[in-house]
Amino acid sequence: MVELGNIIEIKNITKNFPDKVVLDDVSLSVRRGEFLTILGPSGCGKTTLLRLLAGFNSASSGEISIDGKAMTDIPPHLRPVNTVFQRYALFPNYNVYDNIAFGLKLQKVDKKEIEQRVKRALKMVGMTDYEHRDVQSLSGGQQQRVAIARAIVNRPKVLLLDEPLAALDLKMRKDMQIELKEMHRTLGITFVYVTHDQEEALTLSDTIVVMNEGKIQQIGSPTDIYNEPCNSFVADFIGESNILNATMVRDRVVRFMNREFECIDEGFGENVEVDVVVRPEDVYIIRNAEAAMFNGVVRSSIFKGVHYEMLVETPDGYEIQIQDYNSFDVGSEVGMMIKPADIHVMRKERTENHVEGVMVDATHVSLLGETFECREVEGINAGDKVDVAFDFGAVELTDDADDGTSWGTIRFILYKGDRYHLTVRTDDGENIYVDTHDVWEDLDEVGITLAPEALRITPLKE
Amino acid sequence: MLKFFSRRRSWSIPYVIFLAVFVVMPLVLVLVYAFQSESGGFSLANFSKFINQPEAANTFIYSIGIALITTIISLALGYPAAYILSRMRPARARVVVMLFILPMWINVLVRTLATVALFDFLTLPLGEGALIFGMVYNFLPFMIYPIYNVLQKMDPSLIEAAEDLGATPRQVFRHVVFPLSMPGIVSGVMMVFMPTISTFAIAELLTMNNIKLFGTTIQENVNNGMWHYGAALSLIMLVIIGITTLFGDQSTEDAANDGGLL
Repeated sequence: MVELGNIIEIKNITKNFPDKVVLDDVSLSVRRGEFLTILGPSGCGKTTLLRLLAGFNSASSGEISIDGKAMTDIPPHLRPVNTVFQRYALFPNYNVYDNIAFGLKLQKVDKKEIEQRVKRALKMVGMTDYEHRDVQSLSGGQQQRVAIARAIVNRPKVLLLDEPLAALDLKMRKDMQIELKEMHRTLGITFVYVTHDQEEALTLSDTIVVMNEGKIQQIGSPTDIYNEPCNSFVADFIGESNILNATMVRDRVVRFMNREFECIDEGFGENVEVDVVVRPEDVYIIRNAEAAMFNGVVRSSIFKGVHYEMLVETPDGYEIQIQDYNSFDVGSEVGMMIKPADIHVMRKERTENHVEGVMVDATHVSLLGETFECREVEGINAGDKVDVAFDFGAVELTDDADDGTSWGTIRFILYKGDRYHLTVRTDDGENIYVDTHDVWEDLDEVGITLAPEALRITPLKE
Repeated sequence: MLKFFSRRRSWSIPYVIFLAVFVVMPLVLVLVYAFQSESGGFSLANFSKFINQPEAANTFIYSIGIALITTIISLALGYPAAYILSRMRPARARVVVMLFILPMWINVLVRTLATVALFDFLTLPLGEGALIFGMVYNFLPFMIYPIYNVLQKMDPSLIEAAEDLGATPRQVFRHVVFPLSMPGIVSGVMMVFMPTISTFAIAELLTMNNIKLFGTTIQENVNNGMWHYGAALSLIMLVIIGITTLFGDQSTEDAANDGGLL
């Protein structure tokens, strides 16, 4: 069963590697002829997803169909897709012509037709007259062009591109982006493009799929993803942003940085904790502090070519990133304004940590693979499964992993204007979330300590 | 004095001396002796003797034949082994490669004597068959290792790219894996072919002195005090081997860095 207009259907795909879940119940449809980009940080599962489409790996569970046919048992050489590899993967034993003709020769296409098609493909990637060159004598950009020509010459239904521009320098990357977009238009085939570069994704795509930790975070057009990120991860990953803790006071009123702002979001309920995103270019900065909505002191200002990137600190200690064409002196008092439409409110994924644990005795609970002291809880017996809740701010992190009761690795850092919101992966694979004023670095190993009175324990219903 | 020891060039002196005494001088001696008659003057008599006496020349041709057969069998056995090894998980492959190389820790003569004992035990006749078996057994690791090395370093995305472009597993092998493993094959062939021409101990033991290889001929001449003729025979062998090396060089030049041993 295929919906008309979708060329790829991915249904509930899960992929387990021996030590981790790489894809966790991913479902996705790709429309015929669209340029779809899978975007995410390294290790988010995007390349694995592409390899499943190409047939190089098989899924642990779930189904993929391409052009209406189930692909589960179809080996790569029988799939109607072609791949452009990150490291080109050109055959060093063949010259440019034979590399591009490789697929056509296997299909036993007529010699004359092969020649025509190879020439046309070479022209398309701007490499006419390179037929007889040795592929290893070509520059990275030229090799990638040949790799693209080698894939499109077979007229696949879907072209898969695995970070094809990652190994090129910036200038070359920009040129190739424009050419890829152009190629997509002339060929009219579906492109599935994998990248970790958000700018590339915004430039090229009809649709962006943002992934993190094996899950799809958001699917949408570039403008949707940029203007309406669905959670703080997407907001942080796509473009620059100020992400702040806030409270939705009522419809159209949100409170952050200790004051109320008018906004245009509704339907969140009253007094609900939310995240707000304000893009740096959407904060208006003026010299006259009196006329502004709120004020602050410029802490730093960097010239970025077209605009200045400034960091302004409010009297309450919030740091706001601002981009403006005018320069403001460091140390000067400035006023700021935000338009209601530029405040984007997002539901919080969570407001506190919840971890499953087991009672050891009346004053000890086992969680995160260790035993923590807790306040005496009544009505719960040793061995009972419990839910342990604790605030983001209640977690104490220490430099030395051995100093804590448990330990973990910092996986993701989100700056929230006045504090850092960290995702810490504990040694037994659970994520806990920590608010802190201390500066940590990605992949730091930290000790985790929890005060006994911070743990709120409730029995888990069986 | 301190300056002398601290200069990097000074450090190479022991090696230069070693090479001069144990490599260059013997080669020069072989060259000089080959062109000398028994009485000491310059002469080409040793070479005309080789050409006119069919016995030595025949042995030479026979030795090349045996070496070719050994090389072909080693390649036929070694390539699949190397291919399978390269597809294994690296940790396990390392153990198996170790097992292939382990017998190399034991002296050739001891291994060959063991082969003789094995043939005795199985009441198999010693002779040409035993000789080829012994040679393959001794030289197989030299074939497997360079091929394995090349295959294992091959970029897996090349294989994926070929599959992606519509190649069946067999076509992937024919058009990509095999051509790209050529440097390893050339390396392995030379590592097996060259030493097999000049072996003599294996031949003596496994054929009870019934079959003479070229190495045996040289050794006999030298043992019997015919230094000059022995030197000429050695020179002929060196030249022939040198020529094959040149062939190998040309085909490995492009891919010298891809893991070939020569």
